[in-house]
Amino acid sequence: MEGHAGQKASLTWAVHIAVAVLVVLWTVPTFGLLVSSFRDKDQLAVSGWWTALSASEQTVAARTDSPDAQAQEGGLWVIRGNVFESGKGKVASWGTSSREPAAYGPGDTADLGDGETLAVEEDGSYLLSAQSEMSGSRGQRIYVQSLVPPRFTTENYGTVIGAEGIGRAFLNTFTVTIPATVIPILVAAFAAYALAWMRFPGRALLIACVVGLLVVPLQLSLIPLLRFHNAIGLGKGYFGIWLAHTGFGLPLAIYLLRNYMVGLPKDIIEGARVDGATDFQIFRKIVLPLSFPALASFAIFQFLWTWNDLLVAKVFLGTSDSQLVMTGRIVELLGSRGGNWEILTAAAFLSIAVPLVVFFAMQKYLVRGLLAGSVK
Amino acid sequence: MGQILYAAATIVVGVFLCVAYFWGSNAVLDRIFPMKGPQAAANVRKANAIRPWLFLGPSILVLALYLVYPVFNSIWLSLHGSGGQEFVGLDNYVWLFGDAKFLESVRNNLLWLVFVPSMATFFGLVAAALTDRIKWGNFAKSLIFMPMAISFVGAAVIWKFVYDYRGADQEQIGLLNAIVVGLGGDPVAWITVPFWNNFFLMVILVWIQTGFAMVILSAALRGIPEETIEAAILDGASPLQIFWRIKIPQIWGTIAVVWTTITILVLKIFDIVFAMTNGQWGSQVLANMMYDWSFRAGDFGRGSAIAVILMLAVTPIMVWNIRNARKEGN
Repeated sequence: MEGHAGQKASLTWAVHIAVAVLVVLWTVPTFGLLVSSFRDKDQLAVSGWWTALSASEQTVAARTDSPDAQAQEGGLWVIRGNVFESGKGKVASWGTSSREPAAYGPGDTADLGDGETLAVEEDGSYLLSAQSEMSGSRGQRIYVQSLVPPRFTTENYGTVIGAEGIGRAFLNTFTVTIPATVIPILVAAFAAYALAWMRFPGRALLIACVVGLLVVPLQLSLIPLLRFHNAIGLGKGYFGIWLAHTGFGLPLAIYLLRNYMVGLPKDIIEGARVDGATDFQIFRKIVLPLSFPALASFAIFQFLWTWNDLLVAKVFLGTSDSQLVMTGRIVELLGSRGGNWEILTAAAFLSIAVPLVVFFAMQKYLVRGLLAGSVK
Repeated sequence: MGQILYAAATIVVGVFLCVAYFWGSNAVLDRIFPMKGPQAAANVRKANAIRPWLFLGPSILVLALYLVYPVFNSIWLSLHGSGGQEFVGLDNYVWLFGDAKFLESVRNNLLWLVFVPSMATFFGLVAAALTDRIKWGNFAKSLIFMPMAISFVGAAVIWKFVYDYRGADQEQIGLLNAIVVGLGGDPVAWITVPFWNNFFLMVILVWIQTGFAMVILSAALRGIPEETIEAAILDGASPLQIFWRIKIPQIWGTIAVVWTTITILVLKIFDIVFAMTNGQWGSQVLANMMYDWSFRAGDFGRGSAIAVILMLAVTPIMVWNIRNARKEGN
């Protein structure tokens, strides 16, 4: 479409800018999640992810050592020390009351009354001095605003994989996904071949049924199937969810594969028939290999759908650690760890990483499947 | 580890059983009606009449059990009490239409139905039209398409982070509130603002579905015959005129397909609401309400009644799809 006669240079620029804006709008939310999942959890809690590269300001509430540690120096009683426990940091400002935590700059001396003074240097070292011996059991409060250099870490991932159970949920999700992708393909491929290349009464009606079943809301199936699974003793478990996903995925699988198989060259299949090949042989040796692109398309759909599913897993699987999938675990974390973004972002990114890899690796087949699968 | 082995073993056994069924049943059929001997012609005819049903058997069984039977069973359950025992007639439906949460869900679902398909189709169309004109268009498309691969739950976390709210005295870590504060406004707890929070949830689905609309519409735009566009250029039409007057009318069919596909998805929307608000603050939708009543309250009668309402809502689209498919088939 490039280089229309009527197209002006300014319009081209407008197109570039408009597309750039769209791309930014569509990627920034995910990018924010990714950046945040690698940030130090204390920094993440107090500053936006877009400031991740600049030093963040943190308020530390410290105390001087207790008066037990005081020493006499040239007629004054003094306590020396450092406000930073690690001994490292940079003081931006400090104060002695929570109402004015930034009253003084580094190097300033604060008059605390009764002849006591406090000075805090930029490196965090303080000097508390008094005219007479200090008493009491606790030290003086110091509020310090320090500039902390940006810190990136993979600790968050370690936490969610281990302590928060995402590692186990990751395995559970795979356990659900793989059979739930493979089984419907096998079952559907035979049905699709029959609907595409075999002649029998009721074929048109069956095709219409498949098209109709494409849009049946799966909400309708939840209660009846759960009751059915309970009645036959299957209960909640992996076997039940594989069957459920197979049932829900089958209409699209049959529809996609049949549409593709119908388009295969008629000569090859008729020719094989004349040569005495049975339908089973034609299916296995000719149709199945030629249908690879459609099989791949559906496999990606079904994989993404079963991986990303929450509802079917909530209904057909239990809530124990051995059956909770990633989406279910993350929803649980959203409830229990609502404010702990370091946990939520890392967990969410782990759960979307696999679909994103599949997406970018197999985009071609996904697009092809979408184009074939939207009912015309 | 044992679990992985269990899953792997199931795949192997499942695949083996499938193959054994199809291969075995075909072999048996060939043995009963051999393709040679005095009755070869009659045998072939008989075998060919039976074979399609061997191929279709497992699919028909699964579809009947997992999709067709539930439709009727749901209707039956919706006429019964919470445990599915005593017959209550239309009581569940009468209760539904008097329930404030149900009416709120219907209103919200209608809002979703208007807003999400229209916005996703609009942005998809704009993205498709614009990216087709530039060199890095495919790269841009890929990125706009990416949210399609992200789960609704993952998207909910992503956007909950964007909408995050801190008190006005704290630094905002949510992008939206940071922008609002940066422009001199006050931070807002977006997802708790009744009525408007619905739109903040809808944005998530628009964000996910725009890529889908873009991919389909982009293919349709490329399929437009060049002659119609060239003729318009010769007549002196501007690019915008070409787009709205020449291209759009030729892809109406595809726009309708995109619109209805997203509509069906929207009717069933569950995960986003479940993860973001769980229907609080006036954001309830039918699918989430159905889940609440069925699996939290354990009332299968009321849950099924809501599911049946959902089924009724998709029925027109279903009929339309079947009619179109049959027209194409003939």
